[in-house]
Amino acid sequence: MTDITQELTRKNHHPAEWLIEKALFISGIASIVFISLIFLFLFKEGMLTFKSVSPLDLIGKWVYDPYDEKNIFKVMWQSVSEVPKYSIVPLVCGSFLVAFPATVISSVFGIGCGIYLSEIASARVRETLKPTLELLAGIPSVVIGFLMLAVVATFVQDLFHTKFRLNAFVGALGVSLVTFPIIVTLVEEALRAIPKELRDASYALGATKWQTIWKTVVPAAVSGISAAVLLGFGRALGETMIVLMATGNAALVTLDMFSSVRTMTANIAAEMGEVVQGSEHYYVLFLVGAILFTMTFVLNICSEVVINKMRRKLRM
Amino acid sequence: MRESIVSNLTVKHDNLSENFMNGLVRIFAVVPLIAIFLILWIIVKNGAGVVTGSFLLLAPTDGMTQGGIFPCIFGAIAKTVLMVVMALPLGVAAAIYLVEYAGDGIVFRLIRAAVNNLAGVPSIVFGLFGLGFFVLFVGRNLDQVLKTGLLFGQPCMLWAAATLAILVLPVIIVSTEEALISVPQSHRAASLALGATKWQTIWRVVIPQARGGILTGAILAVSRGAGETAPILFTGVAYFLPHLPVVNLFGFIPMVNPFDQFMDLSYHIYIMATQSVDAEKTLPIQYGTTLVLISLTFLLNLVAVLFRMYFRKKQGLVTI
Repeated sequence: MTDITQELTRKNHHPAEWLIEKALFISGIASIVFISLIFLFLFKEGMLTFKSVSPLDLIGKWVYDPYDEKNIFKVMWQSVSEVPKYSIVPLVCGSFLVAFPATVISSVFGIGCGIYLSEIASARVRETLKPTLELLAGIPSVVIGFLMLAVVATFVQDLFHTKFRLNAFVGALGVSLVTFPIIVTLVEEALRAIPKELRDASYALGATKWQTIWKTVVPAAVSGISAAVLLGFGRALGETMIVLMATGNAALVTLDMFSSVRTMTANIAAEMGEVVQGSEHYYVLFLVGAILFTMTFVLNICSEVVINKMRRKLRM
Repeated sequence: MRESIVSNLTVKHDNLSENFMNGLVRIFAVVPLIAIFLILWIIVKNGAGVVTGSFLLLAPTDGMTQGGIFPCIFGAIAKTVLMVVMALPLGVAAAIYLVEYAGDGIVFRLIRAAVNNLAGVPSIVFGLFGLGFFVLFVGRNLDQVLKTGLLFGQPCMLWAAATLAILVLPVIIVSTEEALISVPQSHRAASLALGATKWQTIWRVVIPQARGGILTGAILAVSRGAGETAPILFTGVAYFLPHLPVVNLFGFIPMVNPFDQFMDLSYHIYIMATQSVDAEKTLPIQYGTTLVLISLTFLLNLVAVLFRMYFRKKQGLVTI
C-alpha cells in the first residue's frame, strides 16, 4: 500500500509542493529547536554564576559566626543576606522529599488502578473511568495547590499532629494527584500491549486470574511499568505551583517528611520575580533551573528508551 | 470461541485471595475518583455562593479584598486565544510533517524524542526560558533594532502567550498525529491515483477527515494553557492592574493590547491564597476564582473527551 502512494507521489516535483514540504519540515523540527533553545538559554545564563560564585559555594560556605567566634561551614540557601549563601543542597533535598513520597503514593495507586483497568474492569467501566481520570489530569495544578493549602493541610495536621501545617507530605499528596493519571495511562497501555496468547497459556496451565496477572502479565510489562514510574517521578520533580503553595517554603536540610521544605521549582518561582536581572542571584536561579531541567530530561530520556525497548520486544 | 474457553478456565478459581485482590485494585481505582469528586464538591460548595453576576463583571476593589474578577477572566481569555493562534498552526504543521513526510528515519525519531521531552519539561523551566529568551533576548534585541525604547523587552501578554504556546505544542502535535494516522491509507492512494498532488491530497482528503482530532487537540491545549501558572509568572502576568490591557487601534477600534501586562485567573488564585493582605478574609474570593477557573477547564476538557469519543467511534465505523 505504501509502495503505491510512494510511487504516485514520486512524480510531482511541483515547486509549490517543494515549498510546502520545506515549510512543514521547519514546523516539524520546531520542537527540536525549542528543546535546544531551552538547554542553551538555561545553561548560558546559569554558567554565568561561576563568574563570582565558586562551585563549592553551591554545596556550602565557610561563614564567620560571631557567637562561636569561628568560621562555620553553612549548608543553607540564604540568597538575600549580607553574605548570600547559595547552597543547593536544601533545595535538592526538598525536591526529593516531595517527589519521592509523591511517586510512591501515585505508583501504588497508579499500578493498582492500571491493573484494574486493563485486567479486571469490564469494557463499560473502563469507558467511563478513563475519561474521568482524564478530567483529573485536567485540573490545573494551582487549584490542587490551593485546596492543599486551604483544606488538606489542616486535615493532615490534625491527623498526624505535625509541627508545621505546610510540609513536604502535604505537597507530596497534592503532587501525587498530578502524577497519578500519567502513571495509570502508561501502566494500562503497557499491560494491554501484552499479547492475549500469554494470558491464555497461563490459564491453560491452570493458573488463576491473579496468578496470571502476578506471574505472567506484570513481569512481561515490567519495563513499561517502570517507565511509567520514572516519568511520574520526573513530573513530580518538576511540579511547581502545588509545592510553592503547600510545602511551607523553608529551605531546610532535613529528611523529615513532615518538615517544611523548599523545592528547586518553588525556589525559582518564589525568588525570580524579585531579583535584579544580571545579578549573581539571578544567574544562580537559572543554574538551579538548569540542574532541574537536566534531571527531568535524563528521567524522560530513560523512560523513553525503556518504552521503545518494550515496544520493539513486543513486536517480535 | 477463545473468549469462552478463557472464561471457562478462570471461572472456577473464585477463592478468597482472588476476591481480595480484585477488591484491592478496585479500591486503588475508586480512591482517586473519590478525590476528584471531593475536590469538585469542596470548590462548588464554597464557591457557588460567591460567583454572581457582579463577581464576574466587576474589577477587584478595596485593595483586592472586595469586588469581582473581571480583569482576570478577560486576561485569561485573551492570553489563551493569543496562545492558540500561535501554537495551533505550528503544531498541526509539525504533525502533518511527522505523519505524511517524515517516514521513520532518524529525523522522525529525533522529532519524536523532542516532542516527548518538551511535554516533560517542568513548567517553571518554561517560565525561566520565557524570561531569558523571549523577554530579555528576543525582546531587548527587537527594541534595539527597531529603536522602540522598552516595548518588547519587558514582560507582556505576547511573551506569556508565546511561552505557553511552546508548552502546549506537544498536546496539539500528539492529538493531530493520532487523527492523521487514523485516516485510512487507501483514501490517500485513491486521491493520488486521481492525479492529485501530495499536498492536494493532504489538504482536501486527509485534513477534512482529521478535523475532529485536530479540534480535540486545540481544546485540550486551551484547557491546559488556561490553567498553567508557573510559565507566566515572570513573562507577563500582573498582581493588579487598574485598567484592562486594551488599546485603541487607530484611535478608536478597541483591541487587546499584547504589549501590556495582564491579570490572570490562575495567578489570581495563587496570590490571593499566599500573598493577600488578609488571606482568611479573601477566602470566598479565592474559592470563587477557583470555581470559575475549574468550570472553564472542566468544560473544555469534557467537550474534548466527548469529541474524541465521538470521532473515534465514527472513525471505527469507517474503517470497518
